[in-house]
Amino acid sequence: MNFDALFGDLAQHTVDGLSKGAIYALVALGYTLVYGVLRLINFAHSEIFMVGTFAILGTWSLLGVADNPPIGMAIVYLLIGLVVGALASGATALTVERVAYRRLRRMNAPPLIFLITAIGLSLVLVEIFALWMAGFFSGRGFTENRLVIGIPPLLKQETVLSVAGADITNVQIIMVASALAMLYGLDQFINRTRYGRGVRAVAQSPDTAALMGVHQDRVIMLVFVLGGLMAGAAALLWNMRYGITKFDIGFVVGLKAFTAAVLGGIGNLRGALLGGLLLGVIEVYAATLTRSTWEDVAAFVVLVVVLIFRPTGLLGESLGKARA
Amino acid sequence: MTEALRQFNERRRHVLGGMGDRWRALPRWQRWLTLLAGVAFLYYLPFLGDIPGTNLIIPGLDWFRTDSIDGGANWAGVLFVCALYVLVAIGLNVVIGLAGLLDLGYVGFYAVGAYSVALFGSAESPVVGALQDQFGLSQDWAIAWAICIPIALAFSLVAGVLLGWPTLRLRGDYLAIVTLGFGEIIRIVAKNSGWAGEAQGVPGIPGPEGPPSPDNKVFGLLDIKPWYWLALSVVLLMVLLVRRLEHSRVGRSWLAIREDEDAAAVMGVYPFKFKLWAFAIGAALGGFSGLLFASRSAFIQPETFNVQLSILFVAMVVVGGSGNMAGVAVGAFLLAYLPERFRDFSEYRVLAFGLALVLIMLLRPQGLLPSRRRTRELQDRAKEAPVNVA
Repeated sequence: MNFDALFGDLAQHTVDGLSKGAIYALVALGYTLVYGVLRLINFAHSEIFMVGTFAILGTWSLLGVADNPPIGMAIVYLLIGLVVGALASGATALTVERVAYRRLRRMNAPPLIFLITAIGLSLVLVEIFALWMAGFFSGRGFTENRLVIGIPPLLKQETVLSVAGADITNVQIIMVASALAMLYGLDQFINRTRYGRGVRAVAQSPDTAALMGVHQDRVIMLVFVLGGLMAGAAALLWNMRYGITKFDIGFVVGLKAFTAAVLGGIGNLRGALLGGLLLGVIEVYAATLTRSTWEDVAAFVVLVVVLIFRPTGLLGESLGKARA
Repeated sequence: MTEALRQFNERRRHVLGGMGDRWRALPRWQRWLTLLAGVAFLYYLPFLGDIPGTNLIIPGLDWFRTDSIDGGANWAGVLFVCALYVLVAIGLNVVIGLAGLLDLGYVGFYAVGAYSVALFGSAESPVVGALQDQFGLSQDWAIAWAICIPIALAFSLVAGVLLGWPTLRLRGDYLAIVTLGFGEIIRIVAKNSGWAGEAQGVPGIPGPEGPPSPDNKVFGLLDIKPWYWLALSVVLLMVLLVRRLEHSRVGRSWLAIREDEDAAAVMGVYPFKFKLWAFAIGAALGGFSGLLFASRSAFIQPETFNVQLSILFVAMVVVGGSGNMAGVAVGAFLLAYLPERFRDFSEYRVLAFGLALVLIMLLRPQGLLPSRRRTRELQDRAKEAPVNVA
């Protein structure tokens, strides 16, 4: 246990953890939305995120992005990336719902069956990228698909702020700020709009909502698309921060994000944000304490402990209750 | 199109359902005779196509062997893996099929079994090394293979209880993720701990004849047939045991819990206790399978026990037809055998596997060879389906 390393630089590790957690939080929103409405874990959500990272990469290499372009161009590219990533992930999410879930929902199949189709579909998506698409999106043709693929850095990561001994980079600020902004927008959407009311109604009682004229299938599609949009945004942040992608990055990110969703209270939007940020911080602390070897174990230990002592998560689980 | 499909499905259901009835209607001795012939055939399988002791061959059967293709794997070796997976499937079927608990971390128990025999049975393992130093034993000393079996069973049983105790109170889908995490934790612990051999793994794991060496007469390194027969015998024994269990009070309790936990509790079945039993028994079977795997390979490393393997295990049970032992055995056999036989497509096998999972679950959610009870449960659920606003 390397306590000196942790406490000597606590503020810095906290900042690193928060920015890492921002990605988890955005992906976790997808799990939470689907879980809140359908009461099932969308195992394929991790692949929805993965597709986003590749779509953004593909667009950038199509546009011929060079390393560190001038700031104006960088912002344009980032916005294009956001739109493309959100569209690609949203479309993938819709496909997942249509292919893997809809028929089973009609049959009222037990949750286990949903999980297996989702696992199957996520294997298919991963393999499609591992076999053909990864190389295609990286602009190398259909080869070398199973390698790590680099992404051109658009923003140079540099320190712009120093608070309490922690150096905060521009990318980290963007990450946390955009996660907060996305959550705020989603929160308003669910709580203030007509569509949001439909989502909450189906989450509370699908049958009653249907009787009141809420189109269930449309609400469910909406929920998947919203989750996909968030995953697309997370994919953009991932590309900016880490600058690499691979056909199988979805799995670990997805597992962590799911942990984050459960930690905050699955089905609860604010819980997903809290859980994501918290998990990011815990992970960075654990990595510092144990020199990275036990980083991944920390997330699972947290998950198990939370589930034992507070199975509904920190903020409780409910999308249906008025305060989402 | 859908109508034609539905009709075909009806007809097929009729034929298959009729087969089950006809089987049950046979006189007892005929059923026994058929079973005996089936078991004899299973023992004969490694020779498939040959007649042992002669030079004669049976034409046609050759096609099924995995070494009939270019660069195909050793046929007995593939059969051995099939038998291991069938054992795993039988154990996991107790957890998923009978008690209805979704365990995505089953590979963890498989790993515990494998590591038990590796750490206690191999003279080169860190644990045995420490024991040698502690008690001043020779460098070749290690715990005998036969004694490693109860050790492995005990360790995996305890692992099952330790995992089940805190988590079995959770709802089903949470349980799935926690167990998934457990499987990963076991692997990461093995990879990062000095006493477990770290990422290099543990070599020199013994078999029934002691440490692996070219002098072993029966359980050697080259001829895998005896290993297959050993695994097959274990499988048959476990089939008998689990079958007895299924029809006992415990088995009935599992079914009751699976169908409706609250109703079972009201009727005096304490769900937690029986769930824990299912978990522990399933874990022990998984551990046994892991032990056989480690003994045959003589060498293990943590990366073998990854999540993909765990998902494969669950897929075997669900594709085969969870709840029905014959079904899960068929599922395990197919998922182990088909990728080896059709190696030409090996690049696409994960893709095909994923597609198969989706298609089978969409078209036949009860599995290829389901238990009747399970099929009826699914039909009941479909009737209770909520209103659909199209």
